[in-house]
This record gives sequence, C-alpha cells and structure tokens, in this order.
Amino acid sequence: MTETGILAFGAYIPRRRLQRAAIHAANKWFAPGLGGLAKGERAIANWDEDAVTMAVEAARDCLTGFDRTRVQSLVLASTTLPFADRLNAGIVKEALTLADTTRASDTGGSLRAGTSALLSALDSERTQLCIASDLRKARAASEGELTQGDGAAALLIGQGDLIARVIARHSVTVDFVDHFRSAGAAFDYGWESRWIRDEGYTRLLGNAIADALRQSGVSPETIDHAVIPVSVRGVAAGLARKLGLRAEAVVDPLQATVGDTGTAHPLLMLASALENAQPGQRILVAGFGQGADVILMETTSALMRLPERRGVRRHLAERQEDSNYQRFLFHRGLVEMERGMRAELDQKQPGSTLYRHRKAVLGLVGGRCTRTGTVQFPPSDISVNPNDRAIGTQEDYPLAEIRARIVTHTADSLSYSPDPPTYYGTIDFEGGGRLVTVFAEVTADDVAVGRPMRMVFRINAIDEQRDFIKYFWKAVPTSEGDQ
Amino acid sequence: MARGIKDRVAILGMGCAHFGERWQDDADTLMVEAFGEAIADAGIETSQIDAAWLGVAFDAINIGPSGIPLSIALRLPNIGVTKVENYCASGTESFRGAVYAVASGAADIALAMGVEKLKDTGYGGLPVRSRGTTFDMVGVTGSAPGNFAQLAAAYSSKHGVSRDDLKLAMAHVSVKSHANGARNPKAHLRNSIDVDTVLGAPMVADPLGLYDCCGVSDGAACAIVTTPEIARALGKTDLVTVKAIQVASSNGWELQQAGGWDGSYFHTTRIAAAKAYEEAGVFRPREQISLMEVHDCFSITELVTMEDLFISQEGEGWKDVRGGFFDADGTIPCQIDGGLKCFGHPIGASGLRMIYENYLQLLGRAGERQRRQQPVLALSHNLGGSPIQNVSAVTIIGRADA
Repeated sequence: MTETGILAFGAYIPRRRLQRAAIHAANKWFAPGLGGLAKGERAIANWDEDAVTMAVEAARDCLTGFDRTRVQSLVLASTTLPFADRLNAGIVKEALTLADTTRASDTGGSLRAGTSALLSALDSERTQLCIASDLRKARAASEGELTQGDGAAALLIGQGDLIARVIARHSVTVDFVDHFRSAGAAFDYGWESRWIRDEGYTRLLGNAIADALRQSGVSPETIDHAVIPVSVRGVAAGLARKLGLRAEAVVDPLQATVGDTGTAHPLLMLASALENAQPGQRILVAGFGQGADVILMETTSALMRLPERRGVRRHLAERQEDSNYQRFLFHRGLVEMERGMRAELDQKQPGSTLYRHRKAVLGLVGGRCTRTGTVQFPPSDISVNPNDRAIGTQEDYPLAEIRARIVTHTADSLSYSPDPPTYYGTIDFEGGGRLVTVFAEVTADDVAVGRPMRMVFRINAIDEQRDFIKYFWKAVPTSEGDQ
Repeated sequence: MARGIKDRVAILGMGCAHFGERWQDDADTLMVEAFGEAIADAGIETSQIDAAWLGVAFDAINIGPSGIPLSIALRLPNIGVTKVENYCASGTESFRGAVYAVASGAADIALAMGVEKLKDTGYGGLPVRSRGTTFDMVGVTGSAPGNFAQLAAAYSSKHGVSRDDLKLAMAHVSVKSHANGARNPKAHLRNSIDVDTVLGAPMVADPLGLYDCCGVSDGAACAIVTTPEIARALGKTDLVTVKAIQVASSNGWELQQAGGWDGSYFHTTRIAAAKAYEEAGVFRPREQISLMEVHDCFSITELVTMEDLFISQEGEGWKDVRGGFFDADGTIPCQIDGGLKCFGHPIGASGLRMIYENYLQLLGRAGERQRRQQPVLALSHNLGGSPIQNVSAVTIIGRADA
C-alpha cells in the first residue's frame, strides 16, 4: 500500500483529423520533397482548443469513476501552454473543480517534460494528476506540419489500487539540440534528420533504454509494450531490433492517425498500451528531449477493474475527416482572413469579475436550492424557483459531468466565428439546470431538439488586444458508450 | 391588479420620420422630422410640453447618454427629459413614461420620442455589443437572428409542424408585410416579394433566411399625449385614447429548466397581453381587436406572437397565417404598414412607429392602407431581447368612445 504507481489513465485527441494529402496538395508546388509524408491523417485542435482545454479533457477522462476529492496534486507538462505567467495548471484545477488545497504546477522546457513530470510524480506519495498536452505549432509546408499532431494524456499517480507498478526508472540528460525554440519564438528550428536519427534516437535514446533494462535486470524480450515516441518511420522498429525488444511489442506511435503530440506523446502511447495490456504485462515508456527518461512498469489485475473510459481507442474512433487545410492555417494564425467588423467586439475580461465567478465560469458549477432542490445556472442569491424565492439557500452543484438535451438550436451565419456557422442553443441537464451555450464539433445533422449532449471545456473568446483567453464550457453530442 | 389607466390619456399628435438608410441625417435631424409632424398634428407650441421621454437602445454609436440630446434637438424648455433603454422595447418605454406622467397628473402634456441611428454601424444588422461583464463570461453572444431562429425548432418539435410547413407560413408573413410596405411612403423597403424569393434566400441563422429578417434602418417616431379633457379643450374632437400599456420583463424563469418553458413561445408576451386585455377591458381579443402592429423582427417571431397575444390558438397560428387571417384584407390585419419587415428596426423608434400606424388607422388617416371598416381597438406589441430572456410590451389604443 505504500508503493506509488499508476492508478488510472486518460486521453484526449481532437475530433478533426486533417488529411496529410490535403496539406501536401496545397504545398507541393513549394515543398515537393514532403510527398513521402503525405499519407494518413493528423489530429488538429479546433480554434477553441489549446493545451489547457485538451489537458482538462484528458484529465476528465482519466478521473472517470474516481473520487476527485482524493486528488492532491496536479502537474501540467507542455511546451505550448497559452500563458507564460498565469498558472495554466490552475485553470485545469478550476475546470476539474478540484479542492483549493490542490498543489499545482506547470512544467515544460522540453518535449521530455511529460515523462519527467511522470517520474517526479512517481517519486512522491501524493495522489497526483500528471497531464501532458501540446498544441503543436509548425510553419506551413514544414515537415512538422505533417508529422505533428495535437493531443493530451493524463495519468493518475498515487498509492492504492495500482493498475501498473513501476519496476525501474532511468534518466539521462545531455544537451542534444535536435531542435529548439527560443522563448517567445513561434516555431522550432531543427537540425538534420539523419544526425538526429543516428546520434539522438539510436545512440542517446537507445543507450538509455539499454541501460535501464540492464540496470534493472529486465530482459528485453519480456517487455510486452514498448512506448518509443519517435515518429520518424522505422526508427522505433530499428531500436527494438537493436535492443532485443520483440517487434510486436513496439506500440503504434499513432503516426498514421494522430501525429506526434510532443510532450503528450509518451503518455498518450502509454495510455494506448494500458488499454491493450493484460494484467501482469511489462511496459517500457521512453521520453526523449535533451536526453531521455525510461520507465519500466508492470500491469496488475486492477487494470481489468478500471471503469470504462474514452481512452485512446474511442478518441481514435470518434474522428471527423477534414481536408480543409485553409481553415487549419487560419485557426493556427498562419493566414489572415477578412473577419469583418463583427469580430471587433472588445473581449476585455475584468479580472475581478472572473475571480468572483471562477467556479461558475471555469468549473460550470451551478446552484441547487437546498430547500426546493431547484437547480440553476448561474447560481444567484434568490432562487429562480417562482414558488419559493428562497434567499441564500444555494449550494454548489457541478454540472460539467451531467448529460444534457437540446431544447432549442440554431446555426448562426451572421455572428462572427472562426468556424462558421456558430451552432448554439438551449440545453437542459438531467436532473435540472439549463444553459444557453455553443455547440462545438457539430454539423447540421448533429443538432435536433432532444439530442443528448455532454459538456466540454473550451475557449469561449479571445481578447486579442490584451492577449487574454476566456474559457467556458460548450456542448458536444454524446456518442455511443457515453454514460 | 391595479386599476389601470384606461382612457385617462389621449394622443394629441403623432409623427413619424421616413425610415430608411438616411445617410445624410443624424439622430437629431430624424427626431426633428418626427417632431415636426407630431407638433403640427397636436396644434401646440413646444413651450406647452411639460416633460419628455427618449427611447434609444444603443449607446456606442448613435446619440450618447442621457436625455439631453432630445432636449437639445428640439430645444425643449428646460423640462425633465428622461432617456429610457429597455432593449428593442425602448420605444414603448418612452411612450409609457409620457403616458404615465399625464395619467398621474404630474404633466399636462408630455412627449415621447424614439429614435435610432443604426446606419452608422458600418455593417448590416445590429451593432455587436457586450451584455455586461458577468453575462459575457457564460453567455452566448449570438446575433439577433440566431437568438430568434431557435423558436422555430422548438415550435416545430412541440406542435409537430414540419420544417417545410413552418417555412411556408414564415414566408407568408414576410410576403404579406412586403405587400403592405409597398403601399407605405414612409417605409424603407417598398418592394413586393413572392414566396419563392423568401424560400430561396440565403440562410442567415437556420431556419431564418434573409427575407425572414426585418430590415435595418434609421428612423424616429414621436407622440405627444395629454388628458382627454385638455385635448378637447385644445379643439380635438376625434380622440384616440390609451386603453392599456403593459410591460413584462423576464426574471430568469425561462432560463431555468425547472420553469418548464420549452423555447417555443414568449412567456412575457403572454403575461403582458393578458394584463393589457384586462386593463383595456378586452375579453375576446380575436373578435375585439381591429388591427395589430407586432414586433416582427423575424417572421417566426410574428408567427408565434399571434398565439402569445391569444389571437390564434396555441399551435394553430401558422394555419391562421397561411389562411390570410392577418393579411391587409384579412380579419385582423397585422403589420398593415409593412411592419419592422419593411420599416426596418431603428430600435428606439419601432414601438412608437407601431402606435403611429394604429393612431392613423383609428382616425381614418392611413391613406391607401386605410382599413375599410372603421378600426376601434388597435394593439401594438414591442419586444426586446431574445426568446429566452426579454422585455415584452403590449399597448392598446382605441377610439375614445370604444
């Protein structure tokens, strides 16, 4: 019971999957050499998603069936956090309605930050949410644009009913600069890929894995799932051969379906491995970036008892093919489009107002009248119940995890939206509570009176004058398997 | 219920500017245009006005804060001038202020002005604006068409009306109003349209197409009110009096599931209408109301309003619409002047513009639009906000002897 290990996992992959062929079709006049990468698809965050919103979704998935009051710490690893100085993990904490006594921190600095955060969590006795999330940023017609993907993964670390125990851990730190991005720069600068393959992946990462196995006395062929988050074709398989890992143990790097999600990728692949693992199987997890982290773990029978979650599998299945490369460029700020005067609305957010209403805004916490049971959003001093205008009887009533149904809807082509038309309408929550909200990730076929919906944490608006992001909750259609 | 103010206030004079894209005009000149007609109709001097109310909705463009712009434009004699804002019902609010002042005895003669200079916005439609720092964090900044379009899905779902049937009824609303507006020299849009044009128009907010939306215009309208006794003393013989004014504001009930509102109707309109009928002593509105000017910001709004005013049975309004019940030659004409649809909706002016047409019809001064059978009671309905949260105003005026 005093052993710290993995208690649960969760994943988030954005719904839209940009077809690499569409990217290449637009850019091949300029970069014909990238044709070899123009296969499959990559996950792209929608305009209203960022590393924080994806982290929230992965964490919610991870916490499925888990008592949130038990979470003591939260760490968010990313190299693409929206705020340089405002605790991004603090926003995640509010969205998850975790206790104010939660310890929270952001970590980054390298694509290895995900596994490093995981190692730190494993060193602790606290029950800790370890989240990694990246919204990758690459120039148009770059290799990264084709090979990268957006996504997040979360692991719950702590003591108790472990789904995986840690056998060994090993880290190496060397200032190997395969790519870098200086503070404030928008894009990476990378060195020659053949050098990275030989000196970085094969030697640096390969040696780290070999050392981890040797030092722990774990024989390579006993590894059932090897998480080697390298998107370059053939590298993981080549490393496995060299290290003596079984070829079938190499975990799918999700290159054909998601792309390299950076900081999140080792954790996302680990989540995938845990989904496919049987009790008593061994998993190797590697992280790469100015050195390497290697973690060896073994699953337990508790894995079979973990409540059903979306995980990687359902996120992979819930995909929307997208060939609109121009829209992707616009959403990434890589092309300016004429947005019209309606986009000029000042989105200034008074800090004092947000602070007062942080539970309602960031946590979607409504009110429930302790006398009549009437649920409402937002909460108010005087209950909305017309038969009992009770004063001061509201208690917190979180709505984010409750299913809802559409009452009214429209598709608004007049309001400014980065992704028109804006679908929105009124929804009713099961058990009470009503909200007028935006519907995300929908098409005309997805909206109808009575349609079941669930809530997701998204960007509501961006104050471009002051560089502030305003978050709120939106509704998306439920899918098969949702509770 | 309160005793009400039936027949305690008479309309002494009214005026209405020509609505449209008045590129050469400011709010000031539009107000002067409406005022000029009203004061000539009233037959009084400016110095006889005791108090004034100004209805305007938008601050950012337009006229700026306070009642002073009205006081300056009309060079009012340093009387109390109050600016009122209550969403798109601001015009009726200004009328209510003036009428209540006279009814209370605080003023002998009071003026109500509604104006909006929308065509300095820079784009079509209403200016996009904040709805307060708290709302903006959790609310949807949708467009007006987007907010009102939601009535359609809820109405269809509740009453089992197919989308095509509802679209045809909505199209009838707009075709009818354009036919009326074509005969009104003060209307902004004076073209007749047909159903195919409406159905084939580009979508603005599903299921509302371009012709399901009212126009956007500059405009002003003005009323001068007094007591029936003073009106007669001033030589008026043919009097139109105020029978009822009722305003109902949402209190968040529709926005809460526990209330049971289903999105298909206006809760506030039903309350304001019931109270207005009671104040006016109208017990069978479908038989007693001679004509109506309602807040047809969108075709679907007019359609469900026919039910919320208790003229059509719930779920049956779309049939009355398609049967021509509300056409200019129908049983109860609705928007016989062309409505918001053809006048456009300079927010503060609309409520008074509706009363202006009712006033003309009651006095037999509506020209080629004049109903052959003498109207007795005329209702106007002015609505602001969105279906889920709004201000609804119902005014009934009629012949003094009605």
